[in-house]
Amino acid sequence: MPTVSFTSALRRFLAAPSAKVEAATLGDAFAAVFASRPALRGYVLDDQGALRRHVAVYVNGEPVSDRAGLTDPVGPHDEIYVFQALTGG
Amino acid sequence: MANRLHVGTRKGLFELARTNGEWEVVDVQFLGDPVSAVLADADSAVYAALDLGHFGAKLWRRDRSGAWSEVAAPVFPPKPDDNGDDPHPWSLGKVWVLEPGGVAGRLWAGTMPGGLFRSDDGGASWSLNEALWHMPERRRWAGVAGGEQPGINSVLIDPRNPSDIRVGVSTAGVWASTDAGDSWRLINRGMYAEYMPPELREEPIAQDVHRLDRCAARPEIVWCQHHNGVFRSEDAGATWREVTAIRPSKFGFAVAAHPRDANTAWFVPAIKDERRIPVDGKVVVARTRDGGRSFDVLKKGLPQHHAYDLVWRHALAVDSSGERLAFGSTSGGLWISEDGGDSWRMPEVRLPPIAVVRFASA
Repeated sequence: MPTVSFTSALRRFLAAPSAKVEAATLGDAFAAVFASRPALRGYVLDDQGALRRHVAVYVNGEPVSDRAGLTDPVGPHDEIYVFQALTGG
Repeated sequence: MANRLHVGTRKGLFELARTNGEWEVVDVQFLGDPVSAVLADADSAVYAALDLGHFGAKLWRRDRSGAWSEVAAPVFPPKPDDNGDDPHPWSLGKVWVLEPGGVAGRLWAGTMPGGLFRSDDGGASWSLNEALWHMPERRRWAGVAGGEQPGINSVLIDPRNPSDIRVGVSTAGVWASTDAGDSWRLINRGMYAEYMPPELREEPIAQDVHRLDRCAARPEIVWCQHHNGVFRSEDAGATWREVTAIRPSKFGFAVAAHPRDANTAWFVPAIKDERRIPVDGKVVVARTRDGGRSFDVLKKGLPQHHAYDLVWRHALAVDSSGERLAFGSTSGGLWISEDGGDSWRMPEVRLPPIAVVRFASA
């Protein structure tokens, strides 16, 4: 099962522990995580379900390509990492 | 008179209390996070909207016990496929203003990108006012400061009738509903926008309404700090007369209407868009007591030498007595008056840039 991990910067606002989930796409992985932690969804996704503009998601060290549809495939040993895109000085 | 003041800043929410005649910070929350709106409601709850740069807009509530918890933030509904040409995003940018709805549990939230939201359960859940959002004219709403997102900066509820609502939009004039938001009309006549092409100068939708406030005891009296002047309405925002006596300048963002005296209001004028600083580097408050025919320029206790404090639209407030006022600046200056603006004192604080000040209503 792929693992989803979140930046520690989220800890100031809510709990966001790493989770192993059953999923074949990034969207499925998020859906599984948010099912048990619904408050986390709005920190990662915007109102239309796309990745927030200043949130970055990497799978095994590579940025995901479909930031709106979240269709990037994920495999059983993949590491999904969610963190804040650095946009300022 | 209010003895508590909430100050929302770029770096957190500060609560000040008046003790033995002195205002002191008694609580700090969300240190490091931008606070975009604050409301201290009559049921003693306090609401704070956060504008987290990476993680979006959030809403927190402090209940009677003093405990803060995150509540639902307004969320836009799924964008229909046939709305691809909508110039505005269907996703919450930030909550810009929070107002009590005049009914137990009801709150209104004015947001960027221009959505008006209502809660009937004290912020536990929100719904978009679809009637206003789906007005065809909404696509002509212009963005704030040249950005892509319009913003609802003011929500005025008639204290006698919670179904009677006026909304000020940056940049799209004044909108009215008399049926609790089921239908809306663009109502403002008599304003002019000197920055627009001549044929559009008097278009109601082109008016850059920076902020509205109304006299609680005479709700038909509404004041407006507009991009190029001060305007006053005596018919709840339908027709407007320019208040040309404002001085030392006609530009500014904030306005506070006296809660009982329909002829009294306060403004914090500045040099307009080219510079956006106080005139001659002196921070002053302009007060009228005669419906705008004349103004006192109040400066006792305010910095008069090389002061470049700008006061945003939600950063001036008057309490329910009409005697206590507070305003905060982009430089973190915070001044409080207890004599209707005649004199001002700065608490012993040096705050981050201030977006909003709000007295506790109780």
